[in-house]
Amino acid sequence: MESRRKLLIVIAALLAVLIVTPFANSYVIVLVTHALIFAILAMSLDILLGFAGLPSLGQAAYLGMGAYLTAILATRFQFGLDWTFGLVVVLGILIGAATAALFGLFAVHAGGVYFLMITLALGMCVWGLAYRWNSLTGGDNGIVLPTRPEFGIQLADDVTYFFVVFGFFVAALALLTVLVRSPFGRSLVGIRENEPRMRILGYHTWLHKYLAFIIAGGFGGLAGVLWAHAHGLVSPEDVVLATSVDALLMVVLGGPGTLVGGAVGAGIVVFLREYLSTLVPWWQYVLGGVYVLTILYLPGGLMSVPERIRGWRARWENGVRVKFPRHTS
Amino acid sequence: MSSQVVRSIAWGLIAGALGLGTFMSPPPVMAAQELRIGFLAPTTGIFAQVGKDMTNGFQMYLDEVGGDFAGAKVKFIVEDEEGKPPVGVRKVEKLIRQDKVHMFIGGLLASTGYALAPVSTRLKTVYVASIPAADDLTQRDSAKFPYMVRTGWTSSQPNHPFGEWACEQGYKRIVTIAADYAFGHEVVGGFQKTFEGCGGRIIQKIWPPLGTIDFGPYIPTMKKDADAIFTLMVGPMSLQFPKQLAAAGIKKPVLGGGTSYDEFVLPSMGDEVIGHVSALQYSAALDTPKNAAFVKKYREKYGKVPSYYSESNYSTAQMIHEVLKKTKGKWPGTEQFVKMLAGVQLETPRGPVRLDEMRNPVHNVYIRVVRKKKEHGYDKDELWNTVVKTYPNVGQFWKYPKAEFLKQPVYSREFPPCKYCE
Repeated sequence: MESRRKLLIVIAALLAVLIVTPFANSYVIVLVTHALIFAILAMSLDILLGFAGLPSLGQAAYLGMGAYLTAILATRFQFGLDWTFGLVVVLGILIGAATAALFGLFAVHAGGVYFLMITLALGMCVWGLAYRWNSLTGGDNGIVLPTRPEFGIQLADDVTYFFVVFGFFVAALALLTVLVRSPFGRSLVGIRENEPRMRILGYHTWLHKYLAFIIAGGFGGLAGVLWAHAHGLVSPEDVVLATSVDALLMVVLGGPGTLVGGAVGAGIVVFLREYLSTLVPWWQYVLGGVYVLTILYLPGGLMSVPERIRGWRARWENGVRVKFPRHTS
Repeated sequence: MSSQVVRSIAWGLIAGALGLGTFMSPPPVMAAQELRIGFLAPTTGIFAQVGKDMTNGFQMYLDEVGGDFAGAKVKFIVEDEEGKPPVGVRKVEKLIRQDKVHMFIGGLLASTGYALAPVSTRLKTVYVASIPAADDLTQRDSAKFPYMVRTGWTSSQPNHPFGEWACEQGYKRIVTIAADYAFGHEVVGGFQKTFEGCGGRIIQKIWPPLGTIDFGPYIPTMKKDADAIFTLMVGPMSLQFPKQLAAAGIKKPVLGGGTSYDEFVLPSMGDEVIGHVSALQYSAALDTPKNAAFVKKYREKYGKVPSYYSESNYSTAQMIHEVLKKTKGKWPGTEQFVKMLAGVQLETPRGPVRLDEMRNPVHNVYIRVVRKKKEHGYDKDELWNTVVKTYPNVGQFWKYPKAEFLKQPVYSREFPPCKYCE
């Protein structure tokens, strides 16, 4: 019953976003679209961080691959500006996955801090390519995209594009939810909790982690394709370490191992960043403060708040100490 | 449906609606005579100091006229673009969609200019590029950006005459070291084109990344037998390079793109920069009554000498005021405003300015030598960009016919090719 209730809350929240957003002012529509795209990226990272226990600091690389692919195809070959947009989405996912398949060979062997460092370094390699390979990527100028695709519907319209992104977000959420509840997803949690034991049980843990890494890369690539068209500009700034860190913090803020948490985190970070930065010059401290407080006092992220409240209430009512699981999925 | 289901759906809806509703403010009421100007400058990050100069320049003009452009009350909204093109794009989206600005001004880097101009086309809003000097905005891509007017300069503009000046000094072989991004490529490109056109040779090009502050790996690789060094530094790079060059014991003549010795960094520089030469459309040491008054007022107000970043935005405000004077404070509409702004001719602190048919300024270019002396009646010896030669009314195509100039590709790492590199 508990999981059904959660599902309903998620569906209701999604409906609310879907219904309210088109009536909001046009800047809010843009921000919600950005937030949904980053939510896809954050959820892809959550597969690694929250489920497989692999803290990756290079997730922006896959976003970058997807985004640059989209931009290069659009500006050089006028490809992906009509119904071929669907193909670009597929190609974006594939290039993200392929990049992850390559990087995974180096990264997945390592664990903990070493995994963090290797993914960071590999992410910086992609940034380096974007920044220095002038003839292909436009270097520091980046690539400005032509108008968004048009195939019966005009994606240039911000509301239409919001609906499209929303569709991809829901699909990604559904697919990833199915994935983490599958035996494969359970095995990732097992690896996170106790890898040697899983190995003794006969699981090929490296392969499981490697596959998770590739899947995360694929969804990162998808976020990249959507991001390129949302923003109209692909720049090395999109691939920098800061983007990877942002994605990581979105997951931590929302609650690792919850998928939805990543989306909530993405929404909060995008809105805080864009609104706070227009209000006060020291907005970065606020964001930093929020992160620190979350990590100190809410290690389960915002998604663990209802559970905590219920816990307090139970304690209040019964006078018994209730123990909470660290992760809920 | 069970009551629990209904309840959870209701909670979800309420939460979602509250979350979004907070940000759903009604559109601002259009006051009859309000001019909303969005201004993009980096106020955090490594370029924060430059951003301050930009904002101060514009603000000073606003204060002079009491925030009133011929009856229109100016609402001046500054946003932090952090010196990053994507952030600039996001802030412009905010300025246009949320604040409903009539125009947006600024951006610092050339790459930000390349990113912002398409937004002005997409959202049909005036963009006044007061600082971004990316050549193609008013050259090969000019037709793509019908709502853009440049009041600053193109990167290669002052460096075309500078190349010829270098020939006149008898330099034959020059090494270039410049920040590796669009602006650097275009500054070096302009210099190389005219310098090689009058018989000089660029024998080596070095490209440290933008934001480099340790030039240790680059300085020793510079060819020892060059006659001079041409540098282009931006922001904090400007400060570090001459120091490290002096520390390495290199005493060759140094030429630089305008931003390398800009007034925002000059006061913090040491005596090692004395004698370095640069070319730009402005110098705080410019000896005209208009500039002397500008410098004194600026210095009194902000405690430092204005840089070209301040002057350019001050003049931009002045030009916009000029247009509003003609319309008696009424907003003439986007297209009409662009046309009128492009037709402005004005005496500014940098000298006389008019715009060419591609909406880029035609103005004087000054060859400036860093000297330690007293200027404008200040009683202390300070570093100033003393003007030693003036090239009057320089346009973006220099002496080349426009059509021919536009046929060559935009200056880049690869163009002009380094024919004489050793």
